[in-house]
Amino acid sequence: MKTRWIETKRGARCRVLEGGSGAPLVFLHGAAGLLRDNPFLDQLARRYHVFAPELPGYGESTGEDLLEDMLDFTLHGGDVVEALGLARPHLVGHSMGGMIAAEMACVAPHDLGKLALVNAAGLWIDAHPIPDLFALLPFEIVDLLFHDPAKGAALLTGGVDLGNTEALKEFYIGNARRMGMAGKILFPIPNRRVSKRLYRLTAETLVLWGASDTLMPPVYAERWATLIPHATVALIEGAGHMLPYEEPDAFVAALAQFLG
Amino acid sequence: MKFTWFNLMPWPHLPDDFREKNRSVWVDIPSTLYDPKKGHFVYHEYMDQLEYAEALGFDGIGVNEHHQNGYGLMPSPNLIAAGLARRTSRAALCVIGNSIALYNPPIRVAEEFAMLDVISGGRLVAGFPVGTSMDTNFCYGQIPALTRDKYREAHEVIMRAWAADEPFAFDGKYNQLRWVNCWPKPIQTPHPPIYIPGGGSIETWDFCLDHDYNYSYLSFFGYLRAKSLMDGYWSRVAQRGKDESPYRAAFAQIICVADTDREAEELYAPHVLYFFNRCLHIFPPFADPPGYRTINTIKYGALSQLRAEAQKIFENLTWKQLVEERFIVAGSPDTVRQQLEEAIKGLRVGHLFCLFHNGDMPDWKTRHSSKLFAEKVMPHLRDLWPEWKHDERWWIHPLQDRLHPEETRPGAEKHR
Repeated sequence: MKTRWIETKRGARCRVLEGGSGAPLVFLHGAAGLLRDNPFLDQLARRYHVFAPELPGYGESTGEDLLEDMLDFTLHGGDVVEALGLARPHLVGHSMGGMIAAEMACVAPHDLGKLALVNAAGLWIDAHPIPDLFALLPFEIVDLLFHDPAKGAALLTGGVDLGNTEALKEFYIGNARRMGMAGKILFPIPNRRVSKRLYRLTAETLVLWGASDTLMPPVYAERWATLIPHATVALIEGAGHMLPYEEPDAFVAALAQFLG
Repeated sequence: MKFTWFNLMPWPHLPDDFREKNRSVWVDIPSTLYDPKKGHFVYHEYMDQLEYAEALGFDGIGVNEHHQNGYGLMPSPNLIAAGLARRTSRAALCVIGNSIALYNPPIRVAEEFAMLDVISGGRLVAGFPVGTSMDTNFCYGQIPALTRDKYREAHEVIMRAWAADEPFAFDGKYNQLRWVNCWPKPIQTPHPPIYIPGGGSIETWDFCLDHDYNYSYLSFFGYLRAKSLMDGYWSRVAQRGKDESPYRAAFAQIICVADTDREAEELYAPHVLYFFNRCLHIFPPFADPPGYRTINTIKYGALSQLRAEAQKIFENLTWKQLVEERFIVAGSPDTVRQQLEEAIKGLRVGHLFCLFHNGDMPDWKTRHSSKLFAEKVMPHLRDLWPEWKHDERWWIHPLQDRLHPEETRPGAEKHR
C-alpha cells in the first residue's frame, strides 16, 4: 500500500493508504484507527482498488475540530470519496467505521456500490448493553476486542514497547486524540439513531461479524440484518471484534464472495 | 486572607472492606451502600457544621456539586446553599460550584444562583467548574471532547443573561433560546464573584484571566505538590500583564488542629485515612477518559496520570506520610499556623478553602478542630497580604441592610 494525502472541501487533511486496482473499495477504520499491521488491506488490494482513509485525529490526519457530530462524520465520509475522485465505491466499514458507512449509505443511497458492515457499531439493544469502551483498563480492552487477547495486545500496540516512557507517552497521547475523536459519535452510548434511517438503504449489504465478539456480540449482527432491507449475515469463527486484523484470510474471502 | 469552611459531605458509612469489594467510590458505586435514613442525620450534621463555621468567624462556607458517589453527597449544592441562606446572615455562601455544562439549558444556573444571591442578601460566591470526568462524562453523559466547548457556551449564556436588561435570543451550538430573560437577577453587580475550580487544566488559567475570575486549585495532594502548578499560573498572570493580587487564587487544604501534634494523630488519623483510602478510591478510567483533557494539558501534565504509583498513591498512605509530605496540614495550632503560612505564601493565595471534616469524622472532632483553628490559627494568618488589604474584587458585596432570618428562629442561639 502506498500513502497519499487528500484535503477535503471542508478542510480536513487526511492520510489515505491506497493500493491495487479494479473496483474501488473504501475501508473505514474503527475507533482504534488503522493498526500498524493490516495485511487484510494488501490482500484486498489484489482484487480491488483499495482506499483506507484515516479520520482526522488519527495518525497524522488533522482537522478534528471540524467534525463534531454524526452528520459531520457522515458528510466527511462523502467528502473523502469525492476528494479521492471515486464513483460509487464499495464501502467496507469496521466497528465505528461501519457506523459511518451505514450513515453514508442512508444519506446518499445511490453513491455507493455494495455495503459491508463489519462488527459495526451504531445500534443499541437494551438486553445486550455494550461495555463502556471509554471506561476500560488496558487489559480489559484487549479481552473485549480479540478472540485471542495475547495476539491482540501486540496488534493493538503495533509492536510499541510500552515499558519505554517516551513510547508510552506517544501511545497515550495518540490514544487520547483518537478516542477523544471517536467519543463524539460513540460516547456515552454508541447509538446516534441510524436505526431509524436504515429504511433508506438500497445497496446490497453484508453484515460480517467475528463470532466471538464480546464487545458487540453477534446478536447485533442479527439486529442490523433485521433493520436493513437487503442484508445477509456471515459469522466468522475464531475472530472477535477486531475481525479484519485477527482473521484476515477469512475476512477477505467472505468479502470477496460478497463483492464479486 | 479569607477563610472558607468547606464540607465535601462524604458518605461516612462506607464499609471497612469497601476498597476490596468495590472498584470505585464514584459512578458505579453500589447505591445499596447509601441508607436514606442515616442520610437524614448526615445532611443535618453537615449543614449544622457549616452554620457553626459562620459562628466561629469563617469568612465563607463552601459546598460543591458531585454525582453518583460516596465522596460528596451534593448532586445539588444549591439546595444546601438555600438552606444555609436561611440560617446564616454573614458568611459568604461559596457554591464552588455548579457544573454549568450539565444544565440544560444553563439559564437554570443563572436563575438559581440569582435566587441564592437574592435570598442571602448578596452573599453568593458563584463557582463554575467544568466538573470532574466522573460527574460530567460518566454520570451525566457529556461527550468528553466537547465538554469544554459546551462549558464555554454555558458560561456565555449565564453571563449574558445576568448582564442583559432586555430579553435576547441566544443561537448557540448546544442551546437555542429564543427568549433569554433572567428573573430574578443577582443583587451583586455586575455579578457575584466568580470562582473557577481547576484540577490542573492549563486552559483554565487563560479563561480566568480573560474574565478576571478567581482560579481555585482544588487538590488533595497538598501544597508542596501544588507549587509547580501554581507557579505556572502566576507566571501566566505575569505574562498577561495582570496584577498579582493573591485574591486571584484560592487553594483547598485538609487541616486538622489539636492541642498537640500527637493528639492530632490520635484524634483525626482514622478519619483522614478513611477519606484517602475510601472516598478517593476511583476507578482510574473514570478519572480521565480520552478527550476530557486537551492534548496540551496532557503534555503539560507530564504523564503524572500514567505512572502506576500515581494511581496507587492513596492505597498505602500512612498518617506520617500524609503529614510529612504535606498532603494534609495537621498538628498543634503552632504547627498548623507555621505550615499554612508557608503554604499561603508559597502558593500566593488569598483564599483558603479549609477542609476540617474528613471522611467519617464525628461531629465533635470536626467542631473541635475548627474551633481551635478559628481561635488559635486564623487570627495569626489574617494579615499575610497587607499590601492587598483593600482588594475586595474577588469577594462578596452584600446588602448592608439585609435580613437576618436565622435570628428569628428558635434554636439558632445554640451555636453562638
